[in-house]
Amino acid sequence: MTDVRTIEVEAVTKRFGAVAAVNSLSFQVAPGRVTGFLGPNGAGKTTTLRMLLGLVRPTEGRATFGGVAYADLDSPLRTVGAALEAASFHPGRSARNHLAILATASRIPRARIDATLDLVGLSEFADRRVGGYSLGMRQRLGLASALLGDPGVLVLDEPINGLDPEGIKWIRSLLRALAGEGRTVLVSSHLLSEVQQSVDDVIIIARGELVHEGTLSSLSAGDSLSVLVDAPDRAALAAALSAAGFTVTAARAGLVVVGVEAEEVGRAAFAAGVPLSTLHRQSSGLEETFLHLVGGDR
Amino acid sequence: MNTFLPAVRSEVAKITSTRMWWILALVLFVYVLAMAGGLAALLGAGSDGSLPGVTTTGSVPTAGIAPLIYSFASSIGYVFPVLLGALAVTGEVRHQTLTPTFLATPRRGVVLLAKLLVLLAFGALFGVIGLVASVGGGGGVLAAFGIETELGSSDTWAMFARLILAMALWAAVGIGLGSIVTNQVAVIVIVIAFTQFVEPVLRSVGALADWIGDIVQFLPGAASDTLVGTSIFGLVSTGADGLEWWAGALILGGIAAVLTALGALTTWRRDVT
Ligand SMILES: Nc1ncnc2c1ncn2[C@@H]1O[C@H](COP(=O)(O)OP(=O)(O)OP(=O)(O)O)[C@@H](O)[C@H]1O
Ligand SMILES: [Mg+2]
Repeated sequence: MTDVRTIEVEAVTKRFGAVAAVNSLSFQVAPGRVTGFLGPNGAGKTTTLRMLLGLVRPTEGRATFGGVAYADLDSPLRTVGAALEAASFHPGRSARNHLAILATASRIPRARIDATLDLVGLSEFADRRVGGYSLGMRQRLGLASALLGDPGVLVLDEPINGLDPEGIKWIRSLLRALAGEGRTVLVSSHLLSEVQQSVDDVIIIARGELVHEGTLSSLSAGDSLSVLVDAPDRAALAAALSAAGFTVTAARAGLVVVGVEAEEVGRAAFAAGVPLSTLHRQSSGLEETFLHLVGGDR
Repeated sequence: MNTFLPAVRSEVAKITSTRMWWILALVLFVYVLAMAGGLAALLGAGSDGSLPGVTTTGSVPTAGIAPLIYSFASSIGYVFPVLLGALAVTGEVRHQTLTPTFLATPRRGVVLLAKLLVLLAFGALFGVIGLVASVGGGGGVLAAFGIETELGSSDTWAMFARLILAMALWAAVGIGLGSIVTNQVAVIVIVIAFTQFVEPVLRSVGALADWIGDIVQFLPGAASDTLVGTSIFGLVSTGADGLEWWAGALILGGIAAVLTALGALTTWRRDVT
């Protein structure tokens, strides 16, 4: 690892003809942390990452690595490792040759090829033509391409797509390890739950615009608390809770009490002598908060 | 950091790491071998009277026939370097490998120049392969019939050198064409239609009217023949008899340069999504 940099996106806009894919988007991604870049399909994640990597020219604004555009980096693959969605390989070329071409173009020592193949678990298939690879194997090769130059910054577009449960577990710990070494790690997904366990920070976009930026826990601040409670004699329970001053709404699985802890509800039912069959704290969950954020007026 | 030499070496690795280059080389070799050997056999049989219908020995002239047969390497083999050159660009578009390519070498002009240089070399290699086929097949058969192979003549060897240059330039034309028309099938159709149909027609017409002939000599096929100096088409049309060989090289190279520059300014600058 040579060069750790902050990702800086400054008011970038991209229009494809009439389609505004990204609209005046700004954010920063700090080193030493895993940052989730989240948004529903078509939100503009891939477009933003491609602008960052100099593959798509922004209509306005600029995206840099610590102030330096990708194309101006001294040694791009050793500074930034990127794996983009629909990772693209020549089907007639082996994984080893794919990496060899990148290594040659970037003067990366050839020893890194075997090391990265090993790291992503492709050693055994390294000399097979990529045309015969499964989706998960392609993802791993994409990841190998990103890690090849031992870069200080990682930009990964939907890296979890197509991985098996073991692969998902592995990549989560890999992301944590990379950030633990001080690298900048930006990883996109359209599902919060997919990256929830591994990210420190989140950047959420919808329809090309920023809707939330902050730590993962800042997301749960908006979380509302509720308790699901039920009793064989539901009417008696409802009467007891109302008498205790709770706001109660009926649901299919029982009664929902908003804004209290389960303990308080249990105590009220006990005091009224109503035996319970269910007492369950509900959190609306991060995913729900996320959906609320990106759903907007849709 | 200088990125040009690494980009050049990376382009070489791109070509040699898939099967296309040697498949094209193999087809080129077999095609030229068969055509050169076949024509040599036909002429040989005609000249010694063993061909039915030709009764008098020596009725088919054999002088100067050997270089003509050797030039098959480029006169019918030029399509192969064009295809290799075009595929070097269109393949990257088709398989979306422009993404890793531009990530490794973000200066896109460097990538295109590296491709040009590498394809010139591979075009030259195809020239050598074509010559081995035309000299091996054609020359071998001529020798068997006792016809002068002219391999002792320095003129013949100078022609070989010009032919190799022509094949190198054809590969560069392929790069230019591929960087403008990025659709693989479209490139192949354009190359075949233009060089096999449009240009021969124009060159035949050009033989009739001088002013058309003046224009026709700037077409790639005519320029290539001017450069090589001997061609089967030279027998049926007088295309470019006014120009020196180096002018043919300049024209063919100029066509490649103009096409590549156009591609660099248009397709090559597009967003890679
Ligand atoms: N080359 C293009 N031409 C026209 N429109 C495009 C192009 N690329 C992307 N778009 C549009 O830009 C918008 C954002 O697309 P983008 O691929 O960035 O979304 P995304 O967040 O990556 O979605 P997903 O989760 O599905 O990958 C979409 O409306 C898409 O249709
Ligand atoms: Mg995407």
